Amino acid sequence: MTVQSDLREEVESQAGRELMLIQAINEALDVALGLDETVFQLGEDIHDPKGGGFGLHKGLSTKYGLERVRPTPISEQAIMGAAVGAAITGMRPVAEIMLMNFLSVCGDQLINHAAKLRYMSGGQTNVPLTVRTVTGAGGGFGAQHSDMLEGPLVHTPGLKVVVPSTPADAKGLLLSSIFDDDPVVFIEMHHLYFAAKGPVPEGDYRVPLGKARLARAGSDVTLISWGKQVHDCLAVAESLAADGIDAEVLDLRSLVPLDTDAILGSVGRTGRAVIVHEAVRRNGFGAELAATISEELFGRLRAPVRRVAAANTPVPYASSLEGAYLPSQADIEAAARGLFS
Amino acid sequence: MTTSTEAGAAEGVDADVLAGIYTTAAKIKLYDEKYRATMRAGKIGGMYYSPRGQEIIPSAVGAALAPDDYVLTIYRGVHDQIAKGVPLRPLTAEFFGRASGTCKGKGGPMHVTDVSSGLIVTTGVVGSGLPIGTGVALSAKLRGTGQVTVVNFGDGAANIGAFHEALNLASVWNLPVVFMCQNNRYAEYTTYADGTSVEQIAQRGAAYSMRSIHVDGNDPEAMYRAARTAIDAARAGDGPTLVEALTYRFFGHVMGDGMEYMPDEELKAAVDADPVVRLRESLIAAGHRTEAELTRLEDELRAEIDDAFEYAISQPLAEPTELTTDVYAEGVSL
Repeated sequence: MTVQSDLREEVESQAGRELMLIQAINEALDVALGLDETVFQLGEDIHDPKGGGFGLHKGLSTKYGLERVRPTPISEQAIMGAAVGAAITGMRPVAEIMLMNFLSVCGDQLINHAAKLRYMSGGQTNVPLTVRTVTGAGGGFGAQHSDMLEGPLVHTPGLKVVVPSTPADAKGLLLSSIFDDDPVVFIEMHHLYFAAKGPVPEGDYRVPLGKARLARAGSDVTLISWGKQVHDCLAVAESLAADGIDAEVLDLRSLVPLDTDAILGSVGRTGRAVIVHEAVRRNGFGAELAATISEELFGRLRAPVRRVAAANTPVPYASSLEGAYLPSQADIEAAARGLFS
Repeated sequence: MTTSTEAGAAEGVDADVLAGIYTTAAKIKLYDEKYRATMRAGKIGGMYYSPRGQEIIPSAVGAALAPDDYVLTIYRGVHDQIAKGVPLRPLTAEFFGRASGTCKGKGGPMHVTDVSSGLIVTTGVVGSGLPIGTGVALSAKLRGTGQVTVVNFGDGAANIGAFHEALNLASVWNLPVVFMCQNNRYAEYTTYADGTSVEQIAQRGAAYSMRSIHVDGNDPEAMYRAARTAIDAARAGDGPTLVEALTYRFFGHVMGDGMEYMPDEELKAAVDADPVVRLRESLIAAGHRTEAELTRLEDELRAEIDDAFEYAISQPLAEPTELTTDVYAEGVSL
């Protein structure tokens, strides 16, 4: 049974079995709740009729009940803590933190407890917790509702960090995250909720964590990205192709665990790399990737590794400023072309 | 449900229960004495947060809990760990960073877990156990196991946001959890009154429509009745309870604390009223146990404790290869 049936029928009538990314996530949650009694969701406003701020959960509390799709007060520490406590005692909670910036409100529970309890207990307990959260600049939400904060998360051993860019991956990666035995922070970018549409396999479809996706094969330069910026890289690749530059686009999908082999394999062939992310440039995950590529492939690089990322500022409000803040397709293209001059 | 009750005079507690509480309390007291002596001898380093003076609370709670119930505690937690039944050999080995410790030497005193005895989390962060304990209780409820969760914390933790979020959520969800505030009158180096807006932490239960009990945590009978009431209510599906158990810590915040901020006469009065000594005397005075029986018990406890320390010292430290295991499930690249 598909839960967001109204929306789905509309899309399916246009393009067969294609879903928007937001529907793919709803479907993954539906499948997980149906598969395993230990899976339950908790988060603010996730119950019907609203079904979450974006309507992502629509139908789930009606189908599975409020014991398993549990609305919470606006209490991020309690949400995250309750999820951790349930996870170490036999449950597989899926906690929604409404916006990524609010992870800072429950950082203690995530950083000091979820990430470390397996280690601190010497493996006696583990934390099969999935934390779903959404973010993204470009929506006029300003500085406290837009940050990409994967940087501090990948800097915390014990956490896994996943960012899907397509509906199929959103479903497959979320199901893998929910049934993973470690805590996973699953980062959704709201620009993709309705804009990203594509074929999504039915049923219990899983995409393994730690495997990058070759989004476009190419031979001259590797564009490495995740989330919304994968789509920007694909658009840039088409533009470059018009001038005879054949760009490969690698969608990392999972930052921890990281598919280092895919990165080094691709850049080893192309000799050029541009890393693109929406988070601010300074100490972003791109710096780690650039360092790894430089350490491993120094003699084979034909040009310095480049990073295209947001400005080192808070996310601004005015559209003119927000446009200047975000890495644009023009920025990516300029960086890529610069490697050939 | 919203009123704070004073746990005090009521029907007597069974003599064997009291003797059991004494056995646990004496074990904690003697263990603490051994630990401090071992530190003074330079055989163990690190930080040590002595629970001396607070022994009765977990001993009474332990007498009211089932073996598969859950307990969470904090960095000042060895009394809670012993009372929940964590075996002394692996517990002590953990304190010494040994491979045979409860957590393979990876947790240390501030992060002890012993799943087999239900000591599910020890946290080094003030107040963090309350939301986690709420989740442990939720899990027991969802799984339908009937297990009760007791979350231990100090009076200082009642002023952190996590306390309030957890009490609210546990009340909204009617969870089988007991929030056990061991009010030892000091939040690190700051007095209760300097940091707390209410006369009693138990008053805060009313803000969350939560049953609350204010009790002399050094009185074994009252403490046992309070624990029994809260734990039985949780087990019966009657939801959470906030218990404020008054006590006093004899050795300040951490070993080496000069305790300048603790008035001499206050400390002396507390030590003179040592709750473990008092319970011992009352067991003998009431004819429940003889002096000889308790002396023999204490000798046995000392032998068990000495054995645990000798065992721990003789064990190898955690192997360096253990550094990179247990970060993730097996097979995940770091």
